[in-house]
Amino acid sequence: MNNYDTIIIGGGHNGLVCGTYLAKNGDKVLVLEASDELGGLAATREFAPGFKASVAHTLFHFSDKVAKDLKLASHGFDINTRPMANVSLNANGEHVILDGWGSSSKLSGVSEKDAEKYREYQQLLKRFADVLKPFWLKTMPRIGSSSFKENLTFAHLGIKMRMLGRKDMGEFMRVATLPARDLMDENFDSEQLKALLSWDGLIGSKMAPRSPNATILALLYRMSGIHEGAHSLPTGGIKNLIKALQGSATASGVEIKTSAMVNKITIQADENGLKTNGVELDSGEIFTATRVVSAIDPQRTFLDLVGVQNLEIDFVHRIKRLRCDGYVAKLHLALSDLPKFVGLDIPDGRMVIADELDAIEFAFDDAKYGEASKKPVMEIVIPSLSDPSLAPSGQHVLSAHVMYVPYKHKDGWTEKAKTQLYERVIDAIERHVPDIREKIIHGEILTPFDLDKNYHVNGGHWHHTEMSMSQMLMMRPTYEAAQYSTPIPGLYLCGAGSHPGGGLMGGPGHNAAKEIMKEKS
Amino acid sequence: MKKYDAIIIGAGHNGLTNGAYLAKAGLDVLVLEKNAYIGGAAISRELQEGWTYSSCSYMSSMLRQAIHRDLNLSKHGLVLVPFHGMVNYGTNGEALLDYSDAGVAYNHLRKHSPHDADSMFRFQADLARYAQLIRKTLMRTPPDPTSFKPRDIKELLWMAKEFWKLGEKELYEYMRFFTTSAEEFLDDYFENDLVKAAMATPGIIGTALGVYSPGSAYILLHHVMGDLDGNSGAWGLARGGMGAISNAIAGAYKEYGGEIRTNAGVDKILVENGKAVGVVLENGDELYANVVVSNLDAKRTFTKCMDKKDLPPGIYEKAENFKIRGSSGKVNIALSGLPKFINLPDNRFINRGMQSLVGSIDTMERAYDCWKRGRFSDDPFVETVIPSAWDPTVAPPGKHWMSCFVQYCPPVLSDGGWTPEKRDAFGKTVIDKIERHSPGFKDLIVHMEVRTPVEIENEVGLTEGNIFQGELTIDQLFFNRPFPGYAQYRMPVKNMYMCGASTHPGGGVSAACGANAAREILIDLKKPNSVPEDSVYDD
Amino acid sequence: MKSNSDMTAAYIDEQLKETHFHPRSSKFNVRNAWGVWNGFKFADYYYDVDFEYFCVRNSCGTYDICPMQKYYITGADAEAMLNRMVTRDISKLKVGRVTYLCWCTDEGRMIDDGTVFKLGPNSYMLTSGSPCIAWFKKGAFGYADVKVTDMSDNIAAMAFQGPTTCEVLKKMGLDGIETLNPFNFRHFPLNGDSDKKLMVSRTGFTGDLGYELWIAPEYALELWDALYQAGENYNIHPYGELATGMVRLEAGFILPGLEFNEALKTVRFEHDQTPFQLNLGWLVDFKKPHFNGRKALLKEKEHGPEYTLVKLDIDGNKCAEGSYLYNNEKLKKHIGYITSTMWSPVVKANIALAMVETKYLKGEIWAEIYYSKEMRPHLKVAKCILRTKPFWAPARTRAKPPLPF
Repeated sequence: MNNYDTIIIGGGHNGLVCGTYLAKNGDKVLVLEASDELGGLAATREFAPGFKASVAHTLFHFSDKVAKDLKLASHGFDINTRPMANVSLNANGEHVILDGWGSSSKLSGVSEKDAEKYREYQQLLKRFADVLKPFWLKTMPRIGSSSFKENLTFAHLGIKMRMLGRKDMGEFMRVATLPARDLMDENFDSEQLKALLSWDGLIGSKMAPRSPNATILALLYRMSGIHEGAHSLPTGGIKNLIKALQGSATASGVEIKTSAMVNKITIQADENGLKTNGVELDSGEIFTATRVVSAIDPQRTFLDLVGVQNLEIDFVHRIKRLRCDGYVAKLHLALSDLPKFVGLDIPDGRMVIADELDAIEFAFDDAKYGEASKKPVMEIVIPSLSDPSLAPSGQHVLSAHVMYVPYKHKDGWTEKAKTQLYERVIDAIERHVPDIREKIIHGEILTPFDLDKNYHVNGGHWHHTEMSMSQMLMMRPTYEAAQYSTPIPGLYLCGAGSHPGGGLMGGPGHNAAKEIMKEKS
Repeated sequence: MKKYDAIIIGAGHNGLTNGAYLAKAGLDVLVLEKNAYIGGAAISRELQEGWTYSSCSYMSSMLRQAIHRDLNLSKHGLVLVPFHGMVNYGTNGEALLDYSDAGVAYNHLRKHSPHDADSMFRFQADLARYAQLIRKTLMRTPPDPTSFKPRDIKELLWMAKEFWKLGEKELYEYMRFFTTSAEEFLDDYFENDLVKAAMATPGIIGTALGVYSPGSAYILLHHVMGDLDGNSGAWGLARGGMGAISNAIAGAYKEYGGEIRTNAGVDKILVENGKAVGVVLENGDELYANVVVSNLDAKRTFTKCMDKKDLPPGIYEKAENFKIRGSSGKVNIALSGLPKFINLPDNRFINRGMQSLVGSIDTMERAYDCWKRGRFSDDPFVETVIPSAWDPTVAPPGKHWMSCFVQYCPPVLSDGGWTPEKRDAFGKTVIDKIERHSPGFKDLIVHMEVRTPVEIENEVGLTEGNIFQGELTIDQLFFNRPFPGYAQYRMPVKNMYMCGASTHPGGGVSAACGANAAREILIDLKKPNSVPEDSVYDD
Repeated sequence: MKSNSDMTAAYIDEQLKETHFHPRSSKFNVRNAWGVWNGFKFADYYYDVDFEYFCVRNSCGTYDICPMQKYYITGADAEAMLNRMVTRDISKLKVGRVTYLCWCTDEGRMIDDGTVFKLGPNSYMLTSGSPCIAWFKKGAFGYADVKVTDMSDNIAAMAFQGPTTCEVLKKMGLDGIETLNPFNFRHFPLNGDSDKKLMVSRTGFTGDLGYELWIAPEYALELWDALYQAGENYNIHPYGELATGMVRLEAGFILPGLEFNEALKTVRFEHDQTPFQLNLGWLVDFKKPHFNGRKALLKEKEHGPEYTLVKLDIDGNKCAEGSYLYNNEKLKKHIGYITSTMWSPVVKANIALAMVETKYLKGEIWAEIYYSKEMRPHLKVAKCILRTKPFWAPARTRAKPPLPF
């Protein structure tokens, strides 16, 4: 019988998290994944014979609560691994290195003044991050709601803010919307440090250091995990996290089908209106369910699977106009040997190529007009150092997030445009890794356009929907769908396009499951 | 030694408004001005015999009508004349004409895009809704959200109620509007690039943001929330130039017994035992007062006119970090005749109103890209107005003067500081651009004055020549303006206040900052308070 | 100083557009009483409001509807797109039929009303009083095969209304016009030339027998001439906006700006209306597939609208222009307001449309009427009687075939 309590569309980490919670709560759950691997953008796939990589290449705020609730440790996932150093590369080898977990991290390569300032800055941001922390794993109240219970969440936030004290609270409200550049300029002298610290607030968005309103919130969001925003690679790599999630799901009774592309969310109509009763696959196979939970992006969910004819016109418009275009390309290199970075013994950190804020700003300027950056900026990880299974023995994989590469190229993403981008990226890396070209066995660059095609994410945006201010909290993805339920009864969202947002965290999956269970009881 | 009740530093329109309300309450007030003339950036100056330029600000829309009426500014000579007709030029000289008649304006817009002509109705209604809400806050002192004082809590609840009244959809749209870019906001309404670009221009004027920068949608609103005679977004000219506004307020101020001293630049604010007690002038004279009010921008006030040691810890740094970026230039030109623009019918209204040399969304953004790199664009956004076509008092009969506002112009160039040669080169880009839209324009030039941020700062004292006395981004708006904790016009030193556009509600010649500051001073001094809290017009 | 002719040339761009019939209709506008509709120069009246009113009620009159907005909605998905946008079930509409309908926002607030003509299997014409292209384009998003074309400037249209209209059209040579039933349309050759396709629909905004004529702009004047020649002995005359305002009120038809605010153009969301408030609940079909605003409208239907548009017959002859309504003579409690009002010359009554709080509909309704007598203001408190039927609905309006006048 193809009948379930819950069908989850998309076997990415949020889909698995949500499904597992619901299965533990007694639901008969089916997870449908379009590709042959689970994990979505965190799936590990072979890009050259013997070489594997995943689009998401580090962890920085995976929820410890989710890990505990789903007993991921017993399925082989260890959240407490080694932190990765953040390295701002300098062609002369004068790197700025930030190493260790959040508060206990050590900063080197900057002046004593900057190092001192950094401690203050880190503590201030930590206090701000702590204010927001409880709200990432909570359903946001609906805007304009007159319900006392819903507004309690606002009251709670108000109290948390007040508890900061008058000075910090005032500062919080100022800093929250500050462009990254201003916050950095206020605190530091070292351009490399400024660029390094801004990086996490900017990556993934159509924003640059001078863009106001959202980047600091994005930084605070990333500081929500137990590692306060520091990056790490779990033992066995990202694929171990997906394996553990799969293990936990299966152990909880979740049924998983891969290579099962959902074509349509079936909608049933009666006098009272519409409701969903299942999904239809590309193959024509039909699965029925009491509820359908979509872990894929809001645009695909509503515009492609539900269909505009079942939705309201302005709602469709709000979904359509979401800022969803990705600006990050993914580079995978299969290397014959460990590359030698100028001034680094072992490249086991997260290496950022952006030696000043203007380098990021100017890279962004090209992308605004639909061109790939002439001088791209990027972060590089060698994941094969912590997970040797990703490459043949003695060989390595280089994985890089490259900014800014627009989803829509003004002339279309032709092979020529892609080759040009690839060459520019390798040129940029070569300045820091002079022998890189000799070591490349194979290389691929995935533009956001490719990510869209290969991973079924609209706009190729890792966060499904940009983390801009008007698309965060109770406005994510839009006010009618911010509490995980949608205008279609029985249809829920649990992907990165919902609060709290993208990144390997598990927040949306967790929150959606809680909300569904609350409705059930 | 005479001791004034209040000394106000800077005879700009806000300083004079502040003085007028204080004097009206019976205080003995002195306004100090470093220049030989009053007005700050709202001035009329005869820089060429026979021609009177509004050499800095050049149009009025936001001047609070409650203040206009309350201080009886008409009696003191102020007449605001709305002007008609506006042209927006695209990259290739194509003209988007905005006529004052709604039906005709609709027809013209429809020629560019029937979709946009229809959307314009919704756009206007939405903007009116946003403006109504903001307008209500202009003449109110921002609450301190960190305070537990009944007044602050009451004010916060009032605001929450006003917002909640919008309903969920509008509240959502409002929050989106507030944080988004002008381009993205307009993309929701318009499909024609010229229409979009034309509507986006208020979003960049005076600000160091581009049309693609989040936050520029609010700047757009800031420029169109004026309500000249109840016509939302209407702009007018002050008869006799913008100096007429300052002069009228000065007239009211003097009538209430206020005193003005010109050529009296302030060197330092005197602080004793943590209290402001007076000022030292540049000539060394010391003047004393119970209250010192600075109408200078926040950065200048704290970093130039005060000793760091007189300030509580952290304030000096806050002032240094205050964002007050120079991003605009101004060119004032005396003309021997009325310039003729391309692609226009021979219509006196459309020829003599405003010519906005817009280009496109992308050319505006590229001009911003130049600014970011410390350069001025050779294709800047220029907004020209010919006040003499409406005002018979500012140029000889048959002659004209043109005000050109230029966005962007960097305060410092990447290749070093400004020099007269570079300033002239900047002026030439503007003239060249106008010439492209008005062949023969150059031959009409009798005199011309080019102002980069340096000239604006040197004359008016605005740091970096920022026309708003500080960027209008959320981190510096409302209860964050100028700094969190100091948005209620009281400054960290006792008996010291601020009344300039660095305070809520910001720049735009509204006079609201000066009035709001007077309200707080009078509350502290327990004096009768006549500062209005509401606007004149009902919604 | 420029000569007058130079001035005209310079300001040509400042002038309102002229309709396709303007060269003829302007000759009738002896009073130069022009108003504006959608950017067009539009007659408030031509000669005399009462005269034109009685042309419609007594003989026949023409009303220039060129400024009305006309859209073609075509393609395989046209029906699906339209059906999702409007509140009535379009799928039931047959080719050659017209229907009156409205479309609403997501929140169920009325954006505009209009008529839809089913021109062919995948082809519709939608008309509306105000431009709506932006909304239609929004509504067309997501449908693979639908095209919205603004035909407003490309179709000349004229309403032809009054008891003698069928007779005149017969005289004009439209064979079989008498078999054209209400809410149907058909094509006729103009002056016997089959290239000059004249579309005639038996529709109108007067509550009387009448037709609307649609033709390519190049034949507009030929149509006018043929019609005026045929109507010469039937007192044919153009009527303007003011006469239309009268006849439509007698028929109980609503107008934007009076009975309702177009929801996309209101500054305050509570200032717009739902179809239920406008007594147009019959236009909302909950049995059809999903349509915009359905959820909100279902809720509105269940709770009942806060206000309801009603027809009132008011005591006396003083027009209750802009009047407040009360639940008793003491004028203590506002229960509504008048939206349109007039003295009806045909029914000899003081009639009005009014928005009244639904819960007060069962009780008494009183109007507070201010009027002036030789510049002196007077107040009159008048009793209002609720009417459920249109004030004017003669049998001839819907007669098949039309009765002899």
